[in-house]
Amino acid sequence: MITEPRGRKLSKEEFAQVPHVTAQPRARYAWSAGPAMSRFLEELKRGKIIARRCNRCGRVLVPPRMFCERCFRPTDEWVYLPGTGVVETFSVSYIDTNANRIEEPILVGVIALDGACEHCGLMHYFGEVSPERIHIGMPVEPVWKPESEREGAITDIKYFRPRREEDRQ
Amino acid sequence: MRWDREPEIEMKMRGREVAIIGVGYTNFNSVTPDLSWKELTFEAAVRAFEDAGIDPRRDVDSFITCAEDYWEGFAIFDEFTPDQLGGALRPMVTVAGDGLQGLATAYMQISSGLFDIVVVEAHSKISDLLTYEDVVLLAFDPVYEAPLGGHPYYVAGLEMREYLEWTGTTEEECAAVVAKNKGNALRNPLAPFGARVSTDEVMSSPYLFDPLKELEIAPLADGAIVFVLAEGELARRLSDKPVFLEGIGWWSESPWIGSRFPDAEYARRAAQAAYQQAGIKDPLGELDLVEVDDRFAYKELQHLEALGLARPGEAGQLLLEGALGRDGELPVNLSGGSLGMGDLVEAGGLARALEIILQLRGEAQGRQVDEPEVGLAQSWRGVPHGTGAVAIFRRC
Amino acid sequence: MARLREVAVIGAGMTVFASRLMETGKELAWEAAKQALDEAGLSLEDVDAVVLGTAPDAFDGIHKKGENLLDGAGGANRPYMRVYTGGGTAVMAPIAGWWHVASGLFDIVLVVCEEKMSSARPHAQSVFAHIWDPILDRPLKPNLVWIFAMEMQRYMHVYNVKKEDIALVSVKNKRNAVDHPCAQLADPKITVEDVLNSEPMALPVRRLDISPPSDGASALVLASLDVARELVPDRIVTIDGVGWCIDTTMWTNRDLAFPKFLARAAQQAYRMAGIKDPAKEIHVAEPYDPFNYKELQHMEGLLLCEPGEAAKLTREGVTQRDGRLPVCPSGGLLGVGNPIAATLGIKVGEIYWQLARKAGKRQVKNDPVTGVAQAWGDLMQFSSVIVLRRR
Repeated sequence: MITEPRGRKLSKEEFAQVPHVTAQPRARYAWSAGPAMSRFLEELKRGKIIARRCNRCGRVLVPPRMFCERCFRPTDEWVYLPGTGVVETFSVSYIDTNANRIEEPILVGVIALDGACEHCGLMHYFGEVSPERIHIGMPVEPVWKPESEREGAITDIKYFRPRREEDRQ
Repeated sequence: MRWDREPEIEMKMRGREVAIIGVGYTNFNSVTPDLSWKELTFEAAVRAFEDAGIDPRRDVDSFITCAEDYWEGFAIFDEFTPDQLGGALRPMVTVAGDGLQGLATAYMQISSGLFDIVVVEAHSKISDLLTYEDVVLLAFDPVYEAPLGGHPYYVAGLEMREYLEWTGTTEEECAAVVAKNKGNALRNPLAPFGARVSTDEVMSSPYLFDPLKELEIAPLADGAIVFVLAEGELARRLSDKPVFLEGIGWWSESPWIGSRFPDAEYARRAAQAAYQQAGIKDPLGELDLVEVDDRFAYKELQHLEALGLARPGEAGQLLLEGALGRDGELPVNLSGGSLGMGDLVEAGGLARALEIILQLRGEAQGRQVDEPEVGLAQSWRGVPHGTGAVAIFRRC
Repeated sequence: MARLREVAVIGAGMTVFASRLMETGKELAWEAAKQALDEAGLSLEDVDAVVLGTAPDAFDGIHKKGENLLDGAGGANRPYMRVYTGGGTAVMAPIAGWWHVASGLFDIVLVVCEEKMSSARPHAQSVFAHIWDPILDRPLKPNLVWIFAMEMQRYMHVYNVKKEDIALVSVKNKRNAVDHPCAQLADPKITVEDVLNSEPMALPVRRLDISPPSDGASALVLASLDVARELVPDRIVTIDGVGWCIDTTMWTNRDLAFPKFLARAAQQAYRMAGIKDPAKEIHVAEPYDPFNYKELQHMEGLLLCEPGEAAKLTREGVTQRDGRLPVCPSGGLLGVGNPIAATLGIKVGEIYWQLARKAGKRQVKNDPVTGVAQAWGDLMQFSSVIVLRRR
């Protein structure tokens, strides 16, 4: 039972005025990507999406990894995926990464990739489709950056766009 | 003159017995560019499960990781822990603490009767961190301590100076720790920093944080360690060499650097709890070997005294007399300690425990001592903390 | 599974939740801890061990934040440990407190959860940039709200749940919160229209679907049943079930509509508590509600109703304080605030106060004996569940 709540609320102005110390942490990292992610990125540079198969459960895993977390054993082989898929879920975002409002919404979501196990996919942007038209189950395909602009990153894919003419904007 | 201590807190060991039935580990190296922490952990986990003879997806009830976000570079590192350990869709928790605190957590989960088989993991992928000193400094109080800046290891220099004055330990005795541990490391295939170095050479190495010298500071290393623990009866059935966790204690002193004395009270209290649980009344007589934190050479001596294995100021003398060497009455840091194996950040405690377990099982290649039965592992969370843990193991 | 020792909750405390509090993290922890100890009739000397929960260190910019907070949390000169499972910490910390006592090592344990999100610049949101995978997700510059939006979209699609029903949760909780003295976001007049028309964030999520960041702290005192019988014989509330579960890091590989990991955690807790039909045997529930749709999804994950059915129960008023199964009588995160780990006070704390009949104006009408509290965290992949019972 709280009879006397403790804690002194501050308004935005008060908060700026109370004594405080500011500091900027210097925390920088260079993570080793490991074999699976390294190969994934190399293949992105070549305009391809690659996955790994676990022969025990039969799942084709994307993002690829060197071990299957379900069977707990190393995965067995590399598998190229066609790159097409369907929209598993999506959002129409009016805020950017810093929570600033943006005029033109960002369409983002998860694409369940063809050839991969059920629900397996990647997060990415959607393009050439209106917020009204995009829907779960919509067939999509990747739109790649020109080869010269690719650097071995997830952004080598510009976005996924509808496969069907009628879905495209 | 110390100000009043808290009354002794009694820790009882009721409940079921707990034993280690499997250990797995990677090599320890200063850099591991070809592998991410996931692959390191997977490797150690596979070996641990092989060693224990179990299938993690079928047999393990619970998983524990020991990690801190800022070592790893993620805002919630817990997200990235399950898959490589076998913990996907399983009970799993991150202990923001060191490996021995993770071990204590596994102990409590089993002793309470909740689970029978629990896995504990800790790793270091500290080579991924480009700004190590800045991150260590980030653990200092942001208002009162961090703004002083500097390389954070100056705190170790301050404590060493106070410790030497308080106990009469000499700089030579601290330097001798380096010679012993790096020498021990030469015999340990797991230790990358073994070297034949003399006390004089250590004494001649430059002061970095006076009186702390360059060669007295353990270098950083990467690696992963996984333990499999089981309830006592089950352990005897599953393993022909279970190692029993007879006692485990942990303790935190004030987080304020200026409020602590240089006697590693955290180690004394953690040990007290562990000794009580293990029924050990005469540690020096009953322990066969000991692994303590030696990130800074003087810490080995300070910790030994805190553990009650020497009187204040005496640990250094015991060292010089050879009592702490591999042929002495109480071998300390046969693994080479952190000075020989590398500072593995939160995995350090498990590295100390690993050596005890390997020795008790007779598997300490190249450095095995003769049929040890009881060993102690101790850990410290590093600058600027006064937190540590102690675990006592007994061969079945 | 053998069980050796029963554990009771004998006191709880929490600070005000607000977007900016003057107190430091240590001070907040102290306030909550002191309140909980006072309610239990104890002082710090009586405490054998302390467990701390707090979410990202990055909010405070302090590495090993648990070590820094320990004196405020009563952990100095004691065995002290921090557990950390992102948003799931609010219930995971009490579970860790439970095993401290159940193991037989300790008799009286203080569990403290603290969060100070106001320290982060430009604001707490930017810290969430670092929860994502650096190779797969971060280059796409995501906002945390996107995860919820994508999950909400999937949930609505698979179970055909309408926004209007989801909005009812915001209305219920923000109105419930009017009776909570620590509430940040109570609104006695809020309507479904207000929620549906609120500012679009990442659709389908709008502003009033979300609980914003907060500062705050909460605490519980746990004791072995023997000790509890001596100290608080008139209000014995025991922890009868605990469960937790984490799913794969690869969140784009899961169907986000149903939280399987939560169902597993709940099953573990219910099995331990001897509960076979939670929909009937649970009398009051505090599922984690950082967004309104989460309350519905978590009710289903907690097996309190069939998947997709929670909306109907809400519409029918079943989950109101005077309903058959009150849900979030505290006002939840939506109404009281979301200081992540410190939501302990409105989850486990609330169930305890409800069962102990100390919830004042929030007291639910069905005289509950068994209650469940749940938290959720990481990349939509972790849940912790705790079942309490009045003896």
